[in-house]
Amino acid sequence: MNKAYFEIIRPGIHSTLQDLGRSNQYHIGIPFSGSMDKRNYLIGNKLVGNKLKEASLEFAYQGPLIKLKLGKVTGVITGNVAFNILRKNSKIEKGLCYRTFELKDGDQLDIISTNKSVYGYFSIKNGFAGEYIWGSCSVNTKAKIGSNDGEKFGVNQKIYINKNESLSESNKIDYFNSKIEFIRVLKGTNFNFFSEKAKQIFFSKEFIVSKLTDRMGMRLEGQKIENIAEANIKSEGLIKGVIQVPPDGNPIIMLSDHGTIGGYPKIAIVISADYDRLTQLTPGSKIKFKSVELDEAERLYKLYEIETQNILGQIR
Amino acid sequence: MLKNILNLGDAALYCDFGDEINREINSNVIRYFKNLQKLDLKGVTNITPSYNKLIISYDLSITNFQSLKEKIINLDIKETENNKSKIIKIPICLKDEFSLDLKRLSEKLNIEKDKILQSFLNKEYFCYMTGFIAGMPFLGDIDSKIRLERLETPRVKVPKGSVGITEQFCNIYTFESPGGWNIIGNTPIKVFDKFNESNPLIINPGDRVVFYRINKDEYLKFNE
Repeated sequence: MNKAYFEIIRPGIHSTLQDLGRSNQYHIGIPFSGSMDKRNYLIGNKLVGNKLKEASLEFAYQGPLIKLKLGKVTGVITGNVAFNILRKNSKIEKGLCYRTFELKDGDQLDIISTNKSVYGYFSIKNGFAGEYIWGSCSVNTKAKIGSNDGEKFGVNQKIYINKNESLSESNKIDYFNSKIEFIRVLKGTNFNFFSEKAKQIFFSKEFIVSKLTDRMGMRLEGQKIENIAEANIKSEGLIKGVIQVPPDGNPIIMLSDHGTIGGYPKIAIVISADYDRLTQLTPGSKIKFKSVELDEAERLYKLYEIETQNILGQIR
Repeated sequence: MLKNILNLGDAALYCDFGDEINREINSNVIRYFKNLQKLDLKGVTNITPSYNKLIISYDLSITNFQSLKEKIINLDIKETENNKSKIIKIPICLKDEFSLDLKRLSEKLNIEKDKILQSFLNKEYFCYMTGFIAGMPFLGDIDSKIRLERLETPRVKVPKGSVGITEQFCNIYTFESPGGWNIIGNTPIKVFDKFNESNPLIINPGDRVVFYRINKDEYLKFNE
């Protein structure tokens, strides 16, 4: 194993290794996990010349302060993030997202915070040394699986890197994280459990992202969604993006670490094309839902994929 | 049999096997699940069986609803070895310190504590599904006399290993987790073992489960 590592001086709020996630384990209660904002994760890996499934360090809100020991490496930060590079000689460089930088032994990276967004990614050439289970090193803190025994990073821990290697030339891309105006959804399998008024509220009123939002789910507050059938259904499988409405009438959107089965009625499901940007909504954000049909959702996802591929294609 | 297939969003199929919960419907779900697991259809990322539904998630950049639905409708579903389900024996300690809701059950049902426990231990259960949290088995059906709804206010933390009952079902908390089931005891056995990657669960859908009583001493020494 390579000796070089990052020492964690300040862990940040929720810093974990993430990759593309693990599939085929829903049936035993293990969700997908993986990077919340897949596009930003992919851009990061591409910029440092990695395979697109290499482990990146995902952070939320306040990121970590880490110090490189016994090595050098090229890294990049993707997302909308304020950060500084503190050189060993005490020089401070203001960091720029989507531009690679080189870190040498003793340099520190201070990821101050994400701006008007939740998640950011620190990717390095050849990736971090993660622990793999069911084909992924993504941390799932609920089931305690993946890298770091399934826990978020704590102070004084070490994050080992796979290989000391710098890119010979720096790399960059100009990318702007667009803010999402409407969350587009398909009607859920229990849509008709809700009153006409509730349906109308759901598609016309603003909802506010609550503080009780994490990698498992996003809780919304707003006008209550009234259920006129049953408040509970027989527990059944869930996927990310499902919007459940518990008896209190406040919708919850399932995110990447969600429980794999649930018993609340499903009013709608967020379309795949809008998932990355959905996860970036900070508590307090106002959101509105817009209904689309399946063929349109499929078309929108194709467009989103083509756009992602175009962005990755622009990176040499 | 499979009654209807709807879309659950743009990246999953919602396969409906009926409205009720019973072993026949659930066995159909599991049969489809096992067949699909073997087939390993292109683009399918997850298959989630539950009491009477099967959710098939897929990668929308590889396949889509219409094409996958046609494949599922035309499947030739074979019998699986699932019919020979295993019997799993689970130790349970029923000391007061573990039986957090036995008093509540006894008061609400107006049945003596011991009678509730006896009734619980006397039955063989069937595993309908696993999930919500890693490895949690949903077992049934408990005796109709000891059925009670969930707690009015769920616990913020249910201890790991807790065995809970609600309505016709029983489950085991494989991790400390929030939850509202009536807790009657605790098992020291590792129901979910992440280090056994190819076979992490000791109770799988279709298995049968019996509980046997152990004392505190046996409980403490169980994992030695």
